[in-house]
Amino acid sequence: MLRLLSFALFLLIWWIAALFVGGAKLPSPPAVLEVMIAEASSGALFLHLGATLARVALAFVLAMSLGSAIGYLMGRVRLADKLGDPWLILLLNLPALVVIVLAYIWAGLTEAAAIAAIAINKLPTAVVTLREGTRALDRSLDEMASVFAMPRWRAFRHVVLPQLAPYIAAAARSGLSLVWKIVLVAELLGRPNGVGFEIGVAFQLFDTPRLLAYSLTFAAVVLVIETLLVQPFEARATRWRPRAA
Amino acid sequence: MRLEVEITGKTFRSATSGTHEVLAPLKFALHSGEVGVLIGPSGCGKSTMLRIILGLDHEFQGRIARPPQARIGMVFQEPRLLPWRSVEQNVRLAAPDVTDAKLSELFRILELEAHRSHFPGELSLGLARRVALARAFAVEPDLLVLDEPLASLDDALAGRLRDEIATLVASRPVMTLLVTHSLDDAVRLGDRLFFLSPRPARILAEVPIAIPRDARADAEIAAIKAGLARRIQGEQGDERAGRDVS
Repeated sequence: MLRLLSFALFLLIWWIAALFVGGAKLPSPPAVLEVMIAEASSGALFLHLGATLARVALAFVLAMSLGSAIGYLMGRVRLADKLGDPWLILLLNLPALVVIVLAYIWAGLTEAAAIAAIAINKLPTAVVTLREGTRALDRSLDEMASVFAMPRWRAFRHVVLPQLAPYIAAAARSGLSLVWKIVLVAELLGRPNGVGFEIGVAFQLFDTPRLLAYSLTFAAVVLVIETLLVQPFEARATRWRPRAA
Repeated sequence: MRLEVEITGKTFRSATSGTHEVLAPLKFALHSGEVGVLIGPSGCGKSTMLRIILGLDHEFQGRIARPPQARIGMVFQEPRLLPWRSVEQNVRLAAPDVTDAKLSELFRILELEAHRSHFPGELSLGLARRVALARAFAVEPDLLVLDEPLASLDDALAGRLRDEIATLVASRPVMTLLVTHSLDDAVRLGDRLFFLSPRPARILAEVPIAIPRDARADAEIAAIKAGLARRIQGEQGDERAGRDVS
């Protein structure tokens, strides 16, 4: 209920601001909705949204699985940590734009280049979070598993993974928000479709209603995925913990 | 089955002040069906010795011989349960072969039936310790190691759990190693008592108890304890005398 009220307040402020600024710079909510409906009925909206979502999904899965594996290794093995740390610091501080531009120069304006560039941007944060999680693993439980001769996979699944789950959830959360932002830049610079491409077109034409229609639809999709997928997973991963007051 | 422990030395390197000797040379053996008790002052190196026997610590001089196929059941000083798994899952994960009947019987003996589906965070320390006991017994161990399983429990509960341990130990042939600093627990449960010195630990005395466990009434236990007390005093006297001479 409060959320709805808050949303209504946002719309109201927007509308009032649009009245003051004028339709060219800030179109009113109905004007934007009109563009949304037009784009949706022509199918373009879903096409671009679908392309962007597919890129997000691929890059996210790639970065999460690779990043988790590397982070776990770096948390467990000192040598891997020592070798990997300088790379990690470099990657963490490399601007997303540099990675994207270099990827397009080296691999051409291809789908693979775009997805790889997005994944590389997200990778180091996943590594750092999972490395922290692995370092925080409870040694005494490892010992318990070893004394009771638990097979490796069972110990990993029931002893290690539940301890990592909150870290994986945190990495997924922060990683997804990062990917949402970067994917549009990658599309703007070198893809012929996707929400980022459409925003680039709208920018060139100074077509604010179109820009807002695409970015707001995109934001709504992000919101739905966050509440329906990410938050339930996080809640499940930490369900055995006593709730904070 | 037989457990042979022959440690010739264990040193521990600390960051600040070089090396410390934790264990002096010590040697003992344990047979199936026997309960060996390690008694010694806090910090004398008992837990280090257990870690070596369990194969968690390989950096020592000496030799541990236990049958490689021996199943180990362990009750750590803290319960060490998986907080994200229920009581029943905790037991089943350590003992995947346990039958439903066996599990029900264990939970009945340890009065855990009502807590099967609870998470460890919802249990009191006494209950969590009982779950740890259930887990150790569910694997039907050949070697059972109990590291102060009754510490920090009130007397009544400790007494009941001690009886439960005695019942479970009697129900199958198992080598049991109990670490405690309660002489009472030692005398009530042990077949052979090993008295350890302060750090670096060595065995001061090995005392067998001839009376079978279930025949030890309060009178016998008091008598054994009195005998032990005399002996310990005597040995401390000897040691003091020896030191005086040197």
